[in-house]
Amino acid sequence: MILATHPHTHETAQPEEHGHVALPQHRHHFETQEQQREAATFGMWLFLLTEIMFFGGLFFSYLLYRNWYYDAFVVASNQLSVPLGGTNTAVLITSGFFMALAVWASEMKKKGLLVLTLILTMVFGCIFIGIKYDEYHEKWEKHHIPGAHFDIAEFVNPHAYGLHEEPLSPDAAQKTQIFFSLYFAMTGLHALHMLIGLGILVWLTVRAHRGDFTAGYVAPIENFALYWHFVDIVWLFLFPLLYLINRHPV
Amino acid sequence: MTEQHHHDPSNVTNPEHAEHHIVTPVTYGIVFATLLVFTGLTVIAAYVDMGIFNPVVALLIATIKAVIVILFFMHVKYQSKLIKMTIGAGFFTFFGLIVMTLSDYISRAWGLW
Repeated sequence: MILATHPHTHETAQPEEHGHVALPQHRHHFETQEQQREAATFGMWLFLLTEIMFFGGLFFSYLLYRNWYYDAFVVASNQLSVPLGGTNTAVLITSGFFMALAVWASEMKKKGLLVLTLILTMVFGCIFIGIKYDEYHEKWEKHHIPGAHFDIAEFVNPHAYGLHEEPLSPDAAQKTQIFFSLYFAMTGLHALHMLIGLGILVWLTVRAHRGDFTAGYVAPIENFALYWHFVDIVWLFLFPLLYLINRHPV
Repeated sequence: MTEQHHHDPSNVTNPEHAEHHIVTPVTYGIVFATLLVFTGLTVIAAYVDMGIFNPVVALLIATIKAVIVILFFMHVKYQSKLIKMTIGAGFFTFFGLIVMTLSDYISRAWGLW
């Protein structure tokens, strides 16, 4: 019988002692807990990189169509509220800050603080969704959702609506639908990620309350935090591109 | 690399994944404040007429914020070289795709305008 033998496998290699107790969550195919932890982080990052490609396609469409229908994109973009978008950016950063604190609480084995920070992460996440709902609702009322009921009146005759934009021809004004399609696709996909994240947060909070993540096993909190921060980063780019860069048309 | 060149094919004693850095709330607080300041800055910058530089400045600030989030909130500054390399390679691939698609786009009608 031939056995493949490495000079050092887990029978013979001596990992440095860190004074750790083997956790029940430690899988036997990992040599050490640190290796298991790094493998999980590595896998999470591979997933997030595919997510970057996924959102990247939409960002690229935005870049091309903005170049193509520049005038329509400017007036449509200026329909968005900078105060609401800016507030939402601050809200999301605050949510991310509490998520970062949750990772620390889990590392330090502070159960009460972990549950509290997870709940605060959820609260700010919900505020973000609430503000987003308000913005979507306003678009609904103004018939600025692309489709059969889309209304170009404000873009053809902006001065009648108290806007300072340049009037567009009816044909060019129709192109604002492309801006709004991308706006709803990008912010909608972002909001969907947040809703999925909020769902996972509920489950994590229940488990945290049970004490699952304050006995040395931090990986689920840590990797969820990576996801949550990634969703933040997507918004950090959506906010300037959709709300801010068209205030001074060239 | 240590002098003794010890053989470790299954990557057991790699000191990189033994080291685990815990980021403190102080660091998180500084990062949080910095991100809020940059958010304020990008809003102010949007109302200053800089011509074609408005999008450039907005994207620059967004990139700085994203890098801060990645390094500190996402702990990449404290990760092993393997993870840093992987993330770098991922972003490089993403930019490669953008550059290739854009160069196709701008050269489609080459000489026709």
